[in-house]
Amino acid sequence: MKTVSSLLDAAWHERYRKISTLNIRSSIYDVTNRCNLRCKGCFFYSSNEHLVAEEMDPAKWKAFVRREKERGVNLAILIGGEPTLELDRVEIFYRTMPTYCATNGQIKVPRDRFPDMMVGISLWGNEEDEKKLRGKNTFAVSLNNYEGDPNAYYLYTITPNQVGRIEPVIRKIADGGLKVHMQLLTNDEEVEGFSWTDDKLAAIRVEMDAMLESYPQAVISCKYYHEVLTTGKMLGRSFGWSECPSVTESMDHRHPQPKRLIRFIRWASDLKTTHRCCTSATRDCSKCKDGAAHMSWVMVNKRGHLDSTRDLQNWIEVYEIFAKLYRFIPW
Amino acid sequence: MSSGMDANALMTRIAEIIIFELKLEDITPETFSCDLDLVDELGVDSMDLATVVLVLQDEFGVMIDEDDYPQLGSIRKIAEYIQHKLENT
Ligand code: SF4
Ligand code: SF4
Repeated sequence: MKTVSSLLDAAWHERYRKISTLNIRSSIYDVTNRCNLRCKGCFFYSSNEHLVAEEMDPAKWKAFVRREKERGVNLAILIGGEPTLELDRVEIFYRTMPTYCATNGQIKVPRDRFPDMMVGISLWGNEEDEKKLRGKNTFAVSLNNYEGDPNAYYLYTITPNQVGRIEPVIRKIADGGLKVHMQLLTNDEEVEGFSWTDDKLAAIRVEMDAMLESYPQAVISCKYYHEVLTTGKMLGRSFGWSECPSVTESMDHRHPQPKRLIRFIRWASDLKTTHRCCTSATRDCSKCKDGAAHMSWVMVNKRGHLDSTRDLQNWIEVYEIFAKLYRFIPW
Repeated sequence: MSSGMDANALMTRIAEIIIFELKLEDITPETFSCDLDLVDELGVDSMDLATVVLVLQDEFGVMIDEDDYPQLGSIRKIAEYIQHKLENT
């Protein structure tokens, strides 16, 4: 039987030890139904998740967040709509447990209120793509808001239209003193020209690897993540509904049950409705390119990566990315 | 399960449960070192532990709180934990 120490040298074992006891138990919260943008391909709108009646009473939010902590959640991932439209709600989470805030970056999170909250700024490409998909060049605004912020990074959702053109975007982020994590667009609203083909996925994998080598300080990623995300394969298995770890626990009736995130729930902003998974309930799982779900897929399958030194090192690298992005370990 | 179960027999049974529940290959209860660190060496994660705990609770009739998981780091530690629970209930 392979053991961790038989596979790793001292330096890798130390890296393993730092993450093996983290026991991250995340859940996702829609802080509001509203957004100050209307991006084409936004799953929140395309699956009508914005239609629930938003809870407006701050006392109910406080009680809810307290219950979530008692349920064992130790990482609140705030999405929306746009969470910065409701900073009082964000603050309730922030004061209760480790909190990450996803934002489109158009409103700056005030650092006097949230000094070390990790902020992930969404970005969908270069100026041209941002205008086409999001109605304006959000990049210029968010870069201006967050330049040099040590607790912020870009979550760059690469579109098929960007293949061969991501380097200038990464360079601009690096020049702005920020980090970047890459994922891939899932074309939920079937916007023409924004669907992936096998050739484009293969090409973007090569390009993502090259960015990691060219910008090691800025790019928070690893080659194994690129491989799993672009091929949808891990340890010879295929990503999809039967394997996905990011399904709301109370709605997970799969048999057999795959390895999954413990305690994971994605809550709507009425604080009652739960969504099927970390992304759109109407999404076709066979086309899902959600980056966090792919990372979590690797993370929950630790023992599957105990066959060889390379496998276990791959697992460690993916876990480290996740732990950095959510501020469990430093950059 | 009686609280008077011999410590070695208890550890062997725990090893059997872990091997069966986690579908471990290349290991038998006899070759499973009772001091092997389950997390640091075997790569057991919290979901694995939760799976094993459910069976331990049923079989030995003890409640195992999630806050106590860090105390369940090896077969010997699990055996001591269970024995302690049985003696105090
Ligand atoms: S910024 Fe986010 S929530 Fe708002 S419309 Fe765009 S994708 Fe949707
Ligand atoms: S859409 Fe993606 S994240 Fe959601 S259940 Fe399907 S595979 Fe998982």
